[in-house]
Amino acid sequence: MTLLTVENLKTYFHTDFGLVKAVDGVSYEINEGEIVGIVGESGCGKSVTQLSTLQLITSPPGMIEDGKVIFDGRNLLDYPANGPEMRSIRGGKIAMIFQEPMTSLNPTLSVFQQISEMLSLHLQMDKETQRKRAIELLTQVGIPDAKRRIDDYPHQFSGGMRQRVMIAMALSCNPKLLIADEPTTAVDVTTQAQLLLLMQNLVRQYHTSLIIVTHNLGVVARYAQRIYVMYAGRIVESGSCDDIFNQPKHPYTIGLLKCVPRLDEEEDRRLVPIEGLPPNLINMPPTCAFLPRCPYKIDRCREEPWPALKPVGNQQVACYVDTKLTVQ
Amino acid sequence: MDNTLLEVKNLKMYFPVTRGLLRRKIAEVKAVDNVSFHVKTGETLGLVGETGCGKTTTGRCILRLYRPTAGQIIFEGREISHLKDRQIRLIRRKMPLIFQDPYGSLDPRQSAGSIVGEPIQFHKLVLNKNDLKERVASLFRMVGLDPNMVNRVPHEFSGGQRQRIGIARALACEPSMIVCDEPISALDVSIQSQIINLLEDLQKQFKGLSYIFIAHDLSVVRHISDRVAVMYLGRIVELTESKKLYDNPLHPYTQALISAVPIPDRRVEKQRQQIILKGEVPSPLSPPSGCHFHPRCPIASPECSEIIPALNDVGDGHEVACIKVQ
Repeated sequence: MTLLTVENLKTYFHTDFGLVKAVDGVSYEINEGEIVGIVGESGCGKSVTQLSTLQLITSPPGMIEDGKVIFDGRNLLDYPANGPEMRSIRGGKIAMIFQEPMTSLNPTLSVFQQISEMLSLHLQMDKETQRKRAIELLTQVGIPDAKRRIDDYPHQFSGGMRQRVMIAMALSCNPKLLIADEPTTAVDVTTQAQLLLLMQNLVRQYHTSLIIVTHNLGVVARYAQRIYVMYAGRIVESGSCDDIFNQPKHPYTIGLLKCVPRLDEEEDRRLVPIEGLPPNLINMPPTCAFLPRCPYKIDRCREEPWPALKPVGNQQVACYVDTKLTVQ
Repeated sequence: MDNTLLEVKNLKMYFPVTRGLLRRKIAEVKAVDNVSFHVKTGETLGLVGETGCGKTTTGRCILRLYRPTAGQIIFEGREISHLKDRQIRLIRRKMPLIFQDPYGSLDPRQSAGSIVGEPIQFHKLVLNKNDLKERVASLFRMVGLDPNMVNRVPHEFSGGQRQRIGIARALACEPSMIVCDEPISALDVSIQSQIINLLEDLQKQFKGLSYIFIAHDLSVVRHISDRVAVMYLGRIVELTESKKLYDNPLHPYTQALISAVPIPDRRVEKQRQQIILKGEVPSPLSPPSGCHFHPRCPIASPECSEIIPALNDVGDGHEVACIKVQ
């Protein structure tokens, strides 16, 4: 069952320097109980895409220009950003976990006050039930001695613990979809493993869907079932993790996989970097944004506009080049 | 071992924790606690560990940015841990530092050329302005920057280019060793590999250049290093050749650390066993007794909380600090 369908989403920022097409015609979907990874480097639009689905874009300068976000059979973009419908969906049906737990928790409120706000707004619980539920949630995400720690303030928790509090808050109203935006970038790797395993287990237990937004390909390979690779505001490749990691087809995906060092690699392996820099998104040319860095480019790439996603094998690839013939 | 460039013996760096007007010492943080290792000429030693494990402090002690509490630092045959500031400045010319943050570590009002040229002038390595110009231009070319950009200021460069400026500055005085403190963590994935390759190329070009590469990313450290030291709460728990570290990790912490790093390969990932550690890294203010790792260790026994394990060679230079590993 498809839970969320995003169709042709376009979010533009009208800045003093020109038009930034941060998200330029992105479509994706996520099924119930599925874990999907959205991968890309900074500035590729992966976070803006997620913020747009919840209408959390600051406007101006941001504008959702076009597209549909269909959730539970309704188009969320039909509702006003500050209306009651969107407010009941944010945190209630769709919850989000951010990268920096210290800045996304309110430092002046205790953890209980922050969780109880969610519970009273979305589930209309009374104070006593709220407390019981909050302790239950904190225990579930692995905070030891939750009964005592529930009245602590965010600064009294370590980074990993704060992120656990965020997860508890996100799960407090049994959302159908959890969006984790770089959830483990600010924590150490052993904590990252703990947190991601926790999320994976909770998703299985409650049949929640999970979108992991990250730049770490390893995290996606380990936890996600499907993957979308973004570059300069568009999805350039999508498919199942099995297919994409075994045979990436877009030059950018191929480049990404070749340029990261692997823990299990042969000695003296030389990294193959992607030459050049990620593009400046202001006033982009209509041709493929990866063209200046692409090692496989052909004449057609220079002459025609950025290709749309089309099926290649089991994957969807936005490229004119048949990389299978060109690579090796 | 006559090709030993740097030897660190029983290095300790304790920071006092003070309270009140009189700054009474109430506790101390043992940021680096009895750490010993050596770096050979032309070798890359990786220091890896999680936040607060003391890897950066170790690097800073070697450069004498801190005055170590105890221990010896022998660089090019000379004990430098007690040298005066004036003398140490001349030594630092031989072992510069590359910083993590390419935005904060460059003076925003200085031109790129002057940033790179400053150490050359300070140490009076050139005779006149023309020589300096030439030298800076050749350093720019060496790190893959266009020498025509010498007059630009840092904000006109991208993150990766700024890190190249930092590397050029480090190379300016013909160093024998560069301490790289998280040099690529602030960069984008596709840019990281460009900098790693540059560092590797420079090492080939200047035969005998050594690196101490400090980072939290195990895959990167393993890739670039010849040997890797894994640190936990101020101590080295395992030190070995980088190949052995992945193929045959012996310390339980190293094993957990390696299993926690996901590999971007679906087939490999499906077959890997994950070791999930209990709890979190304890506060360095009150570290556990005995082996610091014992409260989280899957194979700990009662004596682990009593004995401080020494770093022992278990064969072929593979050193482990664990009483369970013989």
